[in-house]
Amino acid sequence: MSSGEIWIAFYTILRREIRRFMRIWPQTLLPPAITMTLYFAIFGNLIGSRIGEMGGFSYMQFIVPGLIMMSVITNSYSNVASSFFSAKFQHSVQELLVSPTPNWVILLGYVLGGVARGLFVGAVVTVLSLFFTHMQLHNLLLTILIVFLTSVMFALGGFVNALFARNFDDVSIVPTFILTPLTYLGGVFYSISLLPDFWQGVSMLNPVLYMVNAFRYGILGVSDIDVTWALVIIAAFIIGLFYIGLSLLNRGRGIRN
Amino acid sequence: MAYAIEIKDLKKRYGNGFEALKGVDLTVEQGDFFALLGPNGAGKSTTIGILCSLVNKSSGQVSIFGVDVDKDFAGAKRYLGVVPQEFNFNVFETVFNVVVTQAGFYGIPVELAKERAEKYLKKLDLWDKKDTQSRMLSGGMKRRLMIARALIHEPKILILDEPTAGVDIELRRSMWEFIKELNEQGTTIILTTHYLEEAEQLCRNIAIINSGEIVENTSVKALLKTISSETFILDLAESIDSVELPDYDIRLVGDGSTIEVAVDKGQNLNDVFEYLSAKQINVLSMRNKSNRLEELFVKLIKGSN
Repeated sequence: MSSGEIWIAFYTILRREIRRFMRIWPQTLLPPAITMTLYFAIFGNLIGSRIGEMGGFSYMQFIVPGLIMMSVITNSYSNVASSFFSAKFQHSVQELLVSPTPNWVILLGYVLGGVARGLFVGAVVTVLSLFFTHMQLHNLLLTILIVFLTSVMFALGGFVNALFARNFDDVSIVPTFILTPLTYLGGVFYSISLLPDFWQGVSMLNPVLYMVNAFRYGILGVSDIDVTWALVIIAAFIIGLFYIGLSLLNRGRGIRN
Repeated sequence: MAYAIEIKDLKKRYGNGFEALKGVDLTVEQGDFFALLGPNGAGKSTTIGILCSLVNKSSGQVSIFGVDVDKDFAGAKRYLGVVPQEFNFNVFETVFNVVVTQAGFYGIPVELAKERAEKYLKKLDLWDKKDTQSRMLSGGMKRRLMIARALIHEPKILILDEPTAGVDIELRRSMWEFIKELNEQGTTIILTTHYLEEAEQLCRNIAIINSGEIVENTSVKALLKTISSETFILDLAESIDSVELPDYDIRLVGDGSTIEVAVDKGQNLNDVFEYLSAKQINVLSMRNKSNRLEELFVKLIKGSN
């Protein structure tokens, strides 16, 4: 395919993915908005006012970056996992497989579709947070870079999950039993400086901790970890997951006999 | 001139050890109307799946219009339009979007895609359904939608896997008229079907596959010439008591108003009619007892097992 044709194929996949999550907005956009509003109201306002400051900021200000990141992570992941698995399930993925669209374009199209949803939900949650607290920005470029790269990373994870999934249960296992615990234990609601040394060490093995803290650093200027490490870890995951996703796609894992 | 399809020693062994194709050799000429026939599980869908990259081959060579799929699969895919046996579009998309989106996967600009979508949806009587979610269509409409989608990049080869399964007679006829028109315009048509009379009427060449091997690959005419005996049913104006014609396997059936006669190669139906005329027996109508190709198909499949 020429570069122009490749662009059209990529744009077609991306447009279809965006159209999909916008069409089913009560399933894709509304639930995170409601959930995060409840988090802001209960944890931020009601409980947070009794907790006092954390990292030099009010508890509400402290958890906002973590909650935005949590929405970006779960939505980027689940968009690609459910969309690609549905395409596998109803065989509509064959529309792409019979076409000359290269596999890397298929992967990129789905991943950026997931990124679009992750960032869209992240923006909605950010706007909602403004009803509860004021927002400051310590480093705009870093904030955008971290949220974008994290979204890409989890969208790639969702794609690999969808390739392996044989039924709808397989699509929900990773978010329920791996992603949610990692996110909740990834410093969304607390600074790891509150933990005993041993558990601080254990927390450092959680990649989500680096992303949440790097994003919090971009917004508030405080972090439990070195932001450079966060960028290195995210980049390593992106490269690794892209390679795995593309290799599986080239081999036809789960989509070709 | 390159063949539209050239398959050499194609083998496929699935993960569970089942050998679906045991070295298939097959050629389809450009502009042909070709039938690939075989019983269920014979290897038809595996062969088609390999051609359109839905199945990974174990070994062998496949070329489409001279383009080796191992060297340039993307280039080879451009020549192919595929109408699979099972519905495989996004059921929540509108009819129009299903077709236009498919065009995008071939790198066709959206304005041209919309023009072509209108052209083929109109041709296939689906234009008034363009804004309908595809899951709301009837079975026949879904089948036609898949044909429109397969044609959106105007392929040189159209592969139809059981295209008329579950389609009513009237619709089937109009569908075949359209496919014949495409063939006359130069599109190579490859079809699998269980309706053998369709294959006999439409196709010029034929391949019969059984247990992963091609057991016959010839023209429909040549194949029909190999028939050694045909059985005809003759409906009579009045019932008769007996019928007897030396050298012919002829007998009365039912209430005596129907004759069944087997005519072997070298024998002549005129003998039968002369006999009936001499006896002043009037024949109202005559038909084959069963489809000729069907008889041959059953014979070939039995012979290869």
